[in-house]
Amino acid sequence: MLRLEKRPNPSKFWLYATPIVAVILTMIAGGIMFALLGKNPFAVIQTIFWDPLFGKFAYYLRGQLLVKAGPLVLIAVGLSLGFRAGIWNIGAEGQYIMGAVFGAAVGLAAFPTESRWIFPAMIVAGAFGGWLWAMIPAILKTRLNTNEILVSLMLVYVAQTILAMAATGFLRNPEGMGFPGSRNFSSFPAAANGELFVGTGLHWGVVTAIATVIFAYVLLQRHLMGFQIKLAGQAPRAARFHGVSPNRLVVMCMGISGALAGLAGLFEVTGPAGQITIDFNVGYGFTAIIVAFLGRLNPLGIMLAGLLMALTYIGGEMASTNLGLPAAAIQAFQGMLLFFLLGVDVLTNYRIRFMMMGGR
Amino acid sequence: MELGSINLVTLIATLMVAAVPIMLAALGELVVEKSGVLNLGVEGMMIMGAICGFMTAVATGSPVLGFVGGAAGGAALSLAFAFLTQSLLANQVATGLALTLFGLGLSSLLGQGYNGIKPPPTGAVPFGPLADIPVLGTILFSHDWVVYFSIAMIAAVWWVLKSTRTGLIIRAVGESHDAAHALGYKVNRIRLACILFGGALAGMGGAYVSLVRVPQWTDGITAGAGWIALAIVVFASWKPWRVLIGAYLFGGITGLQLSLQAAGSKIPVEYLSMSPYLITILVLVIMSSGRASLNAPAALGQNFHAAR
Repeated sequence: MLRLEKRPNPSKFWLYATPIVAVILTMIAGGIMFALLGKNPFAVIQTIFWDPLFGKFAYYLRGQLLVKAGPLVLIAVGLSLGFRAGIWNIGAEGQYIMGAVFGAAVGLAAFPTESRWIFPAMIVAGAFGGWLWAMIPAILKTRLNTNEILVSLMLVYVAQTILAMAATGFLRNPEGMGFPGSRNFSSFPAAANGELFVGTGLHWGVVTAIATVIFAYVLLQRHLMGFQIKLAGQAPRAARFHGVSPNRLVVMCMGISGALAGLAGLFEVTGPAGQITIDFNVGYGFTAIIVAFLGRLNPLGIMLAGLLMALTYIGGEMASTNLGLPAAAIQAFQGMLLFFLLGVDVLTNYRIRFMMMGGR
Repeated sequence: MELGSINLVTLIATLMVAAVPIMLAALGELVVEKSGVLNLGVEGMMIMGAICGFMTAVATGSPVLGFVGGAAGGAALSLAFAFLTQSLLANQVATGLALTLFGLGLSSLLGQGYNGIKPPPTGAVPFGPLADIPVLGTILFSHDWVVYFSIAMIAAVWWVLKSTRTGLIIRAVGESHDAAHALGYKVNRIRLACILFGGALAGMGGAYVSLVRVPQWTDGITAGAGWIALAIVVFASWKPWRVLIGAYLFGGITGLQLSLQAAGSKIPVEYLSMSPYLITILVLVIMSSGRASLNAPAALGQNFHAAR
C-alpha cells in the first residue's frame, strides 16, 4: 500500500529535483509513444534534445533557441506572478495576439515614414493591447466576481477572430494583390525588430525577456508587492489580515501578465514572424503555462524552462522533417511534461510511505 | 413561420442538435463539480472523445459503437486527471489545463490519416407517422437517438442527485469532504467515480461533434465547446434542468449565427462567429454577480487528504 504523509515543511531537495525527474519521466513515456508510432525512440530523443545544441546544424539552431525561448519566457514570467497568487490568467494567447495587432497597427499607420520613435511607440502600443485584453477579465473579476479563467479563455477565441479581421481587412497589405496578411516589417526598417547580432537569434524581445526575469526576481525577493503575491497564494486569510487587497492584486497580476504577453506578440510580429497573418499565433500563450510550472513559478527557473521548451520546439521540427515524426507528437509530448511535473510535485509536500497490507 | 429568410421551425430543430455536445459535456461536468472537483479539462476530454469515437465508428462501421468509443476515450483521459488530483493531490486547475493541452496534442496525433473520411451516418429515430406532424414533427420527432439520450440523461442526473442516496453522498462529498469522511465515505473514490462519469459524457459529446455535427475529423474540431460547457455549468447554477436551458440557448445562438451566415446577413461574418464566446462572457457576468454563484458546491476545487 502507498500512503502519503504530509511533510511539516516543503522539501527543499524535491523543490529543485522535481522538474528534472519530470523531464526524465517524460522522455521515457515520450520514448514509448514514439516507439508506438514506429520510430526509434533513442533517435527521436537525440534529435530533439541533443542535435539542436551539438549536432550538424547547431550553429544555426542555437540561435533559433533564443528566438523561441524569448516569447515563452516573457509570457511565462508574467503568468507565474498570477499563478503564485492564485489568479489564473490562461488567456495569454489572446493577449499575445492583441499586443501584436495593436503594435502592428501603430507601426503600419506610420508607414512609410522613418523615425526612430516608431518602434518605441509600437512597443508601448503592444504592451497596451495585451494589458487592455487582460483588463477585461480582471475588471469583471474584481467588480462582478466573474471567473477569470473562463473569461480570459473565451477572449482568446475573440482575439483570433479580430486577428483574422486584421489580416484580411484593416491591416491588409494594400499592395498585397488582395492576399490576406499585412505588410512585412522586414521591409520597413523603422518598425522592424531584427537580430541584434547576426546568427545569435538575439532580438529586442529576448533582451526584454531577460530584463523581465531580473525584474520579476527582484520583485519577488525584495519588494513588498512580491511578498504580497506570495502571501496571497499560500495563505489568503493571513494576506487579508496583513492588509493585502485581493482586487488590487488581481488587477496588478493580470495587467502585468497581459502587458508582457502583448510585448511578446509585438516582438514576434515585428521580428521572427514579420507580418500579421491569420495563423500568426502558434500557441506560445498556452505553452507558456507549461513553462511557468516547469520553472516552478520562479523567474530564474522559468528562464531555464523556456530554453528547454524552445529546444523541444526546434528539435520537434527537426524530428518532423528528418524522421517523419508528426508535428502533433511534440504537442502531446509537451502536454505530457506538464502531467508528470504536476504528478511528481507531490514529493515536495508529501512523503510517500510504503506499508504492509493491514499495517497500522 | 419566417424570420427574415430563416425558418423558425428549422432553427429550433437545429438548435436541439447543436446543443447536444455542450449539453452532454456540461452535464458530466456538473456531476464532477457537485462532488467538489473542478475539472477544467473538458475541452481535452471532448476532443479525445471526438477522435476515439470517430476512429471506432470508422473501424466498426457502427455509429453506436462510435459513441461508446468516444465515451471510453473521454473517460480514459479523465482517469489521468483523477489519478493526479485524487491520488497525487495535484492542483486541480493546473491539472485540468494539462489535460486540455495533452488532449489537443494526442487527438491530432491519433487523427493522422483520418482527414477527409466520412464516418458512418447516424440516422434519425424512425417515429413513423409522428414525424409527419406539421410543426411538432420537425421539432420533436426528427432527431437521432443521441438527442433524446442527452435529454434523458438530464432527467436521470436530476433524479439521482435529488432523490437517491447516491446523489446525497455525492453532494455531501462536494459540500464538506471532512464531514463525509467522518461519516465513513471514501471521499476520493466517490470523486473518482464522478470524474470518470464526467469524462465519459464529455467524450460522448465530443463524439457527437465528429460523428454527427460536422461529420468528419479535423484538428481542434471542438473549437472551445468544452470551455463553453464549463461556463454553462456556472450559468445553470449547478442545476441539471438549467443545463438543458443553457445548452439550448447556446445551441440557438450557434444555429442562428450559422443560419445568418448562410442567409448572407448584413452583419459581417467575423462578428457572428465571435458572438457565442461574447455571449458566454456576458452570461457568466450576469450569473456570477447575482445570487446564483452562492449555489456552488462549498468544497469545489479543494483536494482532500485524510491526514492522521
